[in-house]
Amino acid sequence: MKFDLITDLYVFMLAAFIGFEVIRRITPLLHTPLMSLTNALDAIAVVGAIIMAGEHKTTLSTVLGTIAIVAATSNVVGGFLITDRMLKMFKSSRPQKP
Amino acid sequence: MNFHSPYLIESTYLIATALFILSLKFMSSPATARHGVWAGEVGMLLAIVGTLLNAGIVDYRWVAIALVLGSIIGVPLGMVHMTAVPQRTALSHCFGALCVTLVGASEFYLQSPNVPKFTMSVLAMEVILGSLTFTGSLMAAGKLQEWLPQRPITFKGQNFVNLGLLAGTVVVAIFLVIHPERADLFPIILGVPLMLGVMMIIPIGGADMPTIISLLNSYAGLSAAAMGFVLNSKLLIIAGALDGASGFILSVNMSKAMNRSFTNVVFGAFGQEQTKAVGGVEERPVKSATPEEAAAILGAASKVIIVPGYGMAVAQAQHKVRELYDTLTKRGVDVKFGIHPVAGRMPGHMNVLLAEADIPYDKLMDIDDANSDFPQTDVVLIIGANDVTNPAARTDKNSPIYGMPILDVDKARTVMVIKRGMSPGFAGIDNPLYYMDKTLMLFGDAKAFVGSIVRELTGGGGHA
Repeated sequence: MKFDLITDLYVFMLAAFIGFEVIRRITPLLHTPLMSLTNALDAIAVVGAIIMAGEHKTTLSTVLGTIAIVAATSNVVGGFLITDRMLKMFKSSRPQKP
Repeated sequence: MNFHSPYLIESTYLIATALFILSLKFMSSPATARHGVWAGEVGMLLAIVGTLLNAGIVDYRWVAIALVLGSIIGVPLGMVHMTAVPQRTALSHCFGALCVTLVGASEFYLQSPNVPKFTMSVLAMEVILGSLTFTGSLMAAGKLQEWLPQRPITFKGQNFVNLGLLAGTVVVAIFLVIHPERADLFPIILGVPLMLGVMMIIPIGGADMPTIISLLNSYAGLSAAAMGFVLNSKLLIIAGALDGASGFILSVNMSKAMNRSFTNVVFGAFGQEQTKAVGGVEERPVKSATPEEAAAILGAASKVIIVPGYGMAVAQAQHKVRELYDTLTKRGVDVKFGIHPVAGRMPGHMNVLLAEADIPYDKLMDIDDANSDFPQTDVVLIIGANDVTNPAARTDKNSPIYGMPILDVDKARTVMVIKRGMSPGFAGIDNPLYYMDKTLMLFGDAKAFVGSIVRELTGGGGHA
């Protein structure tokens, strides 16, 4: 595996800037669903866990990887589910535009 | 076509990344927010399918079992009651950090003893942040669920011990970067941060939870980004950076709303003094009113702002408050809600609780909008909020909450406060608002009192 440190740092920096700009605009009204959504998105770490468990290199890595998949998947499912449940409740008093 | 092609897999990651950013962008308005969930789900599904195509995966059995098991655990975690959302969120930070830490540890033992210096440094960061967030979030969830004592536990030299633990961990981590063959030292950078996570949350009280949850959110994101560096996964770096940025913004927001300094945020709520009220609270006359009187005043008003605090949620009064809102709105009274950023146990929690009670979101005002509305407001009704309405924060330089942004309820014509008794708020500070001429104290349980006001308005005054 080749590590491209500089590229990765650029990616991190740009993503952080995008994150700040996008999230700054989110109304405080939705900060709770925002946190549960970013939580679900953050559980993308599951891809690393899947490779760890699936490569089956040592017993330790398989066991740890498997537990990691369980933890991350529960965040994916639970996070998206509760975010949607919360957002469904936010209704306007004005008639909805089509 | 080769389904194991790295280009195909990377394309799924690329699309997933775009969808994740879009997902957050959709969150900027309640009207589009649900598209955000949809975009996030599609991105996640794509990335997982893409990963399963990876040629390196030789054994799908455990992966499949774990994915199914994780989904089974995830469903009840997604179905919790809205008042339990803060502890669910803390628990999910805990799971996220667990995943990152376990993958980091197993990556170390796979590559040991020949871990490249760069890998080792990001790996150390991943494992330290991950294990600290793991126990920290677990403790926070326990406190929020009231399985652990909510009251802050402080002892002398706490900061010193915590900083010492942190410094020690960093030194060992640096040593490991230089001598990655010393695998025997690795458990230290796993174990000490686990302890530090516990120590960090011990001194935190209930009112500081919004800040701490946001901070742990940020840590969880950064540890995932560090994992992205270790695995050279751009998708993970970006998702982690977005989560880290989000948690960071929220913790800065919360610390401003709580009157805490920036360093206080970075180091958690280390070393904040729990200020006790000085001396006994002197007996001063207050004006109190009955539900009938309160109903008459509300019914005669043309503009009312309700200020809910966590006490309202504790009393489960939000549905009664909705009835009050409906009744007054039907009479032509303009009713809105003024919501302080730290009302509730996590950022935005109060909005969710009110939305659940079917109160339209365009009636919920943040602190700035509410403050510009108070001078033109006839009646402010405070339910279960105290410190966030204390005018001493504006006027009394000696008050421990001096400088904290508050809801300027005292600018309204009449203020009504529903409260069980005259006990001071969380910070133990007396509230001069209660002794003002324009203030009426409504003593009683929030749910019962609001219920009687509604009965008065519908039954007694229903002839209009």
